[in-house]
Amino acid sequence: MTAVVMKGISKAFGGVKALDNVDFAVLPGEVHALLGGNGAGKSTILKVLNGVHRPDAGTIAVGGVALTTHTPEASRAAGIAMNFQEMSLIPTLSVAQNIFLTREARTKRGFLDDPACEAKAAEIFAMLEVKVDPKAVVGTLGAGQKQLTEIAKAISQSSKVLILDEPSTALAVSDVERLFTFLRKLKAHGVAVIYVSHRMDEIARIADRATILRDGKHVITAPLRDLPIDTMIEHIVGKRSKGLADVQRGAVTLGEVLLEARGLSGGHKPHDVSFALHRGEVLGLAGVLGSGRSSLARLIAGIEPATAGELRIRGEAVSIRKPSDAIAAGVALVPEARATQGIIPAHSVASNIVLAVLNRISGKGVVDRAKAQKISDEMIARLQIKTASRDHAVSTLSGGNQQKVVIGKWLATDPDILVLDEPTAGIDIGSKSEIIRLVRDLAAQGKGIVMISSELSELLTACDRILVMADGRAHQMIDRATLDDPAEPDPGLRLQGAERQLQIEIQKALSQETLHG
Amino acid sequence: MAERIPAFLANWRQNIIYIGFVVIFVIFALTLSDKGFLNPTNLLNIIRQTAMIAVMAVVMTFVLASGEIDLSIGAVAGLTTVTVAMTIAVAGPFAGVMAGVATGIAVGCFNGWLTTRIGIPSFLTTLAMMGIAKGVAMWISATAAVPILSPGYSWAFGGGSIGPVPVLLFWMLVVGALGHFVLRRTGFGRRVLATGGGETAARYSGIDTANIKFKVLVLSSTAAAIAGMLYAGRLQSGRFQLGEGDELSVIAAAVLGGTSLFGGKGTVVGTIVGALMIGLINNGLILMGLEFSQQLIARGAIIIFAVALSQKRA
Repeated sequence: MTAVVMKGISKAFGGVKALDNVDFAVLPGEVHALLGGNGAGKSTILKVLNGVHRPDAGTIAVGGVALTTHTPEASRAAGIAMNFQEMSLIPTLSVAQNIFLTREARTKRGFLDDPACEAKAAEIFAMLEVKVDPKAVVGTLGAGQKQLTEIAKAISQSSKVLILDEPSTALAVSDVERLFTFLRKLKAHGVAVIYVSHRMDEIARIADRATILRDGKHVITAPLRDLPIDTMIEHIVGKRSKGLADVQRGAVTLGEVLLEARGLSGGHKPHDVSFALHRGEVLGLAGVLGSGRSSLARLIAGIEPATAGELRIRGEAVSIRKPSDAIAAGVALVPEARATQGIIPAHSVASNIVLAVLNRISGKGVVDRAKAQKISDEMIARLQIKTASRDHAVSTLSGGNQQKVVIGKWLATDPDILVLDEPTAGIDIGSKSEIIRLVRDLAAQGKGIVMISSELSELLTACDRILVMADGRAHQMIDRATLDDPAEPDPGLRLQGAERQLQIEIQKALSQETLHG
Repeated sequence: MAERIPAFLANWRQNIIYIGFVVIFVIFALTLSDKGFLNPTNLLNIIRQTAMIAVMAVVMTFVLASGEIDLSIGAVAGLTTVTVAMTIAVAGPFAGVMAGVATGIAVGCFNGWLTTRIGIPSFLTTLAMMGIAKGVAMWISATAAVPILSPGYSWAFGGGSIGPVPVLLFWMLVVGALGHFVLRRTGFGRRVLATGGGETAARYSGIDTANIKFKVLVLSSTAAAIAGMLYAGRLQSGRFQLGEGDELSVIAAAVLGGTSLFGGKGTVVGTIVGALMIGLINNGLILMGLEFSQQLIARGAIIIFAVALSQKRA
C-alpha cells in the first residue's frame, strides 16, 4: 500500500499554472526526495498535500483513504506533518508551547500542562541529540534553533507522512547528520518521508527515490541509484532556458573598480568574502538557499552592519552602517520581497518612483510636481514601464512592471552600484528576459551591478562573472565565458550546458563545506 | 524563592509595573499620610473606583493579545446601565441581569461578525459601535437617568459590602482569577496568544483564528456589560454617560501591565496591577489637592513614563 498518492493535480494562481496534471506517489518506509528548480512547483504540491492550497483538479489519497476536504486540520488528521520555512512558529511563545500548539499536554482536569510539554520537547531534542532550550521564547532564537524547533514540531506529531521542506538550510553539519540518523529510524518504523532540498549531496545520502518537477510538470520518478547527480541536474534544468538564450551579452568594457570587498563578514553570514566589481560589469552571486548571498547583499546595502573586513567604493574605504550610508555612497538595493520592501502598492507609479529622491525635488518642503512628473516620465520611458499612466496605482501593474518601478526608483537616485536580489522572482517568463535585458543595458551605461538569482539560467544570461557561494563563504569566481562550450552552435543548448556546469560547481562547493565544516 | 528575586530585578523592564506600583504607593504613603491616604476607607475607595476598569481590562488583555482592539466597551457599559435599569423597572432584577448580559453578547456578536466575516478592522468596527451604543442608550432613555429601585440588585452589583469589604472587590478578584486562569492554563488562552503572536503561523498550525477573534470580541462586550451592571448597581440608576471614556483607561491599564498592543503578549495579573495603579494615581492626585486639569496632565505623564521605561532599547 502506498502512503500518499496524488493523481492529476493541477493548481493555478492568477492564470499562471503552478502545477499541471502532476502525479506523485510515496511509499511507507522510504525517504522520497522532491526536486526541481525555482518555480518548478515543489512548494505548491507540498502545500496542496498539506491542505494549505486546494487543488483545482486531481485526487489525493493518504494511506488508501481519499482526502476530500483540503484544510491543514484535515491533512493533519490524515497523518501528514510538515515543517514550513519559518512560517509555522509563533515568536512570542516558547519552544515547547510552539511544538505542541493545539496538541498541548493536559492535566487530569483538562488544563494546559506546560511542564509536561517542556519535558516532552526535551525528549524529542534528546532523541535528535541537539541542544535547544524548551523554555526559550522562539523570537529570541537564532535561525538554526528555530529550524530545529520546526523539525521537532513536525516529528512530534508521530505522523504517517512527514514532509521536510529544506530542513537543513540553517543547520550545522553535525545537526544535519543527526537528523539523518533520526530519519533512518523513522523509515524503519514505516513512516513515509518527503524530503525537499537543493543540496544534492544530501539527497544522495538520505533519499531512496526521487521525483523531479519542472515548470509545474512531473518529469521523472526513479530510484536514486538510477539518478546520478549529473542526470538529476539534467532533468531539473531541462530546456527551461528558452527566451533567455537570445539575450545578447555583448562585449564588455570594464572600467575602474567601483566596489571592492576585502574579507567582509557579517554577524551570522557571510564569512570572509572578497571580490571586486568593475564599472560596466554584472557580477552574479550563485548558491543555494542559506549560502549567504542575500546576507552579503544586505551588508553592501547597509541593512545589516559588517562585523569584519572592509568595503571600498571607487577606491576609498567606506563605513556603511545603515541604508542611508549606502545610498549616500551610491549603492542602491532592489530588495527580494518586492511587495513589502520594494513598492508601496496603493501609491501611484510616479510617487513610487520619486520616493527616494523626495529631498532633491522638494523646495522648502513642498514637492515640486513638475520635477516629479519629469523624473517619472523619464523612468517610464527609459525602462519601458507598461502603465496606463504615471498616476495609476502600482498595484494595477504586472509583476514585471512593478519590478521596473522599483528599479526606476533607485535609478532616480543615480547610483553607481545596483544590488538586485532576486529581481525576477514571481515574474512571468516574458518579462523576465526583459528585466535581464534591462540589467545588461544598465551595465553598458556604466553601472556596476551585483545580481542574486536562484534561477541559474538568468544568472548565466545576465552576468559577466559569477561568484559561487556556499554556507556563507565565497568558493570560486567563475568567468561566465568559460562555462560555454564553444563547440555547441545552438545558443539554447549552449546555455543549458552552462547551467549544468554551474550547477555542478555549486554542488561541489557545498560538498566541500560538508567535508570541512 | 531566593534565586527568583535577582531574576525579577534583571528583567526589571518587564516587571516595571510591579516595581512602579510599589514605588508610587510608598511615595504616596510617605507624602500623603497626613491626608488619610493609608486610611483603610481610602484604600477600599481605590478598589471601588477601580473595579469596573479592572473587570474590562482583564478581558481587554485577551483582545489585545489576540491582535485586536475594542474601543466600544465604555459606551457598551453605558448602554447596559440603561437596558438593565429599564428592564428591572418592568420585569424585576433577574430579568434585568439577563437583559444586561444579552446586551453585551449581542453587541459582541455584531462586533465579531463585522471584524471576522466582513473584514472591517476591529479598530473601525468598535469605533463605530462606540457611537451606535451611546446613541441607542440616549435614545431609549431619552437622555434621562433611569432609577433602579431594587436594593438586592444594588447590593450584589457594586453597592454592597460584606463587613468593611466592598462587593466590588469580589467581582474584581473573581473576574481576575478566572481571566488569569483561562489565559494561562486553557487551550483557548493559548490559542488567543498564538493568534496575536503570529496569525499565519497559528492558521498553519490548525487554529481557526477568525473564530478565536470572534469569541474574544464577544467576551469583551460581555465584560463591558458586567462593568455596566456594576455601575448601575453602585449608582442605583442607568445613565448613558456612565463608563464614558473608560476604554482609554482600560487600554492604558492593560498596556501598563505589559500587554502588547501588537498582540501575542499579556498577563492578567499585570493588567489588574495596571488598573490598580491608575486608580492609585487618581486617588493620590486628588488627595494632593490638584485640580482636575492638573490631574489629567500628571496622570498622562506618569503613564508615558512607565511605558517608556518598559520599552527595550535597540
